Amino acid sequence: MEMFKSLIIILLSSVLVNNYVLARFLGICPFLGVSKKLDQATGMGIAVTAVMLLATAVTWPIQYYLLDKTGLGYLQTIVFILVIAALVQMVELLLKKFSPSLHKGLGVYLPLITTNCAVLGVAINNITDGYTFLESMVSSLGVGLGFLLAMVLFSGLRSRIDETNIPRPFRGLAVTLIAASFISLAFMGFAGIVDALFA
Amino acid sequence: MKNNNLSILLKGIIKENPVFVLILGTCPSLATTNNVAGALGMGLAALVVLICSNVLISLLRKIIPDSVRIPCYIVIIAGFVTIVEMIVHAYFPALYDMLGVYLALITVNCIILGRAEMFAGKNSVGKSALDGIGMGLGFTVALVLMATIREVLGNASFAGNPIALLEPYKIEFLVKAPGGMLVYGLLIALVYVITRGKAPLKKSFSCAGCPNAGSCQTACTSAQAPESEKGDAQ
Repeated sequence: MEMFKSLIIILLSSVLVNNYVLARFLGICPFLGVSKKLDQATGMGIAVTAVMLLATAVTWPIQYYLLDKTGLGYLQTIVFILVIAALVQMVELLLKKFSPSLHKGLGVYLPLITTNCAVLGVAINNITDGYTFLESMVSSLGVGLGFLLAMVLFSGLRSRIDETNIPRPFRGLAVTLIAASFISLAFMGFAGIVDALFA
Repeated sequence: MKNNNLSILLKGIIKENPVFVLILGTCPSLATTNNVAGALGMGLAALVVLICSNVLISLLRKIIPDSVRIPCYIVIIAGFVTIVEMIVHAYFPALYDMLGVYLALITVNCIILGRAEMFAGKNSVGKSALDGIGMGLGFTVALVLMATIREVLGNASFAGNPIALLEPYKIEFLVKAPGGMLVYGLLIALVYVITRGKAPLKKSFSCAGCPNAGSCQTACTSAQAPESEKGDAQ
């Protein structure tokens, strides 16, 4: 029960309180770039979640059973980025071969995820936070869902922005960032909610 | 010739400022600018990595096969990031704690991979080094500018030194996450107003080299970037 509770806390806090995009500024590029349409935003969110889970499932054992055992902890950054890049390529190839329909839906997003800083960020953070394997997986799931949530919410907001007449200097990225700032402000309201739920 | 080199150096600072004009490296620009010290540290760390990776990639540009250049660039960059990370950890522990994961994430900073692909892979060593210095300084200047605005108005201090005069008027949300996006958005609009007509169109320097190019349609020319990116990835 105690473990279950701590897992729920990790999940909720990484979705709402420490949302990677809105509170920790990781994965801003796809957040600003692919959030124009709802279906694209959803596709990107799902692809990122899947890659994060896979990346954590691979990098966690590598860190604890390979790098730490052999005293090569300082190679973390290089090894992680290479593993993630290779993993993404592999997933893409497998999807292409075994599930062309899924590949059509998600495949276009996969190459873009390789150096999405949120994926490398979550892999490294899971190690620095000292999570167990199960906790790491839950935290990655939470981060991915949080990313999906932010993308979906933001794509709704952006479709509204597109319909309005915006002063010339603010058009494009400026107004997008300001809108993102308001969503982020709304998410600040979640601070403390997780502790309060289980107090 | 000298003039040409000077323009390579200077373009990164103003005309093609990576943060405000090219819109690259948004994550660290937002995350590390809630205080001036962290922003300066981040900027200088990225500057060092950018110069080193530009020089090495330029040296190796005839050896690296075209089809695997992106993974090669990533390994080179990750190597330099690890070196910088170890140096910062050893000599500036306070800065290391402040930057945390963002130091390692210089690896996936679009600016560095973007410059490797757009400039260092095609130009001589000297020019690539100048480009690295210019872009790195542009990044640092932009970060410090953003951090100054956020720290002075949001925390009534500059690089940790309190400014008593502003204490009653501080706008605390500026140092938090939403303030970063707000200040960044306003600065992009401001730079647009200042450089109106002078800033080159984004089309003239597509960031096809950035692995996020296909997704950053706001920052890149959407037409060619996703195509070339797909080609690279397969």
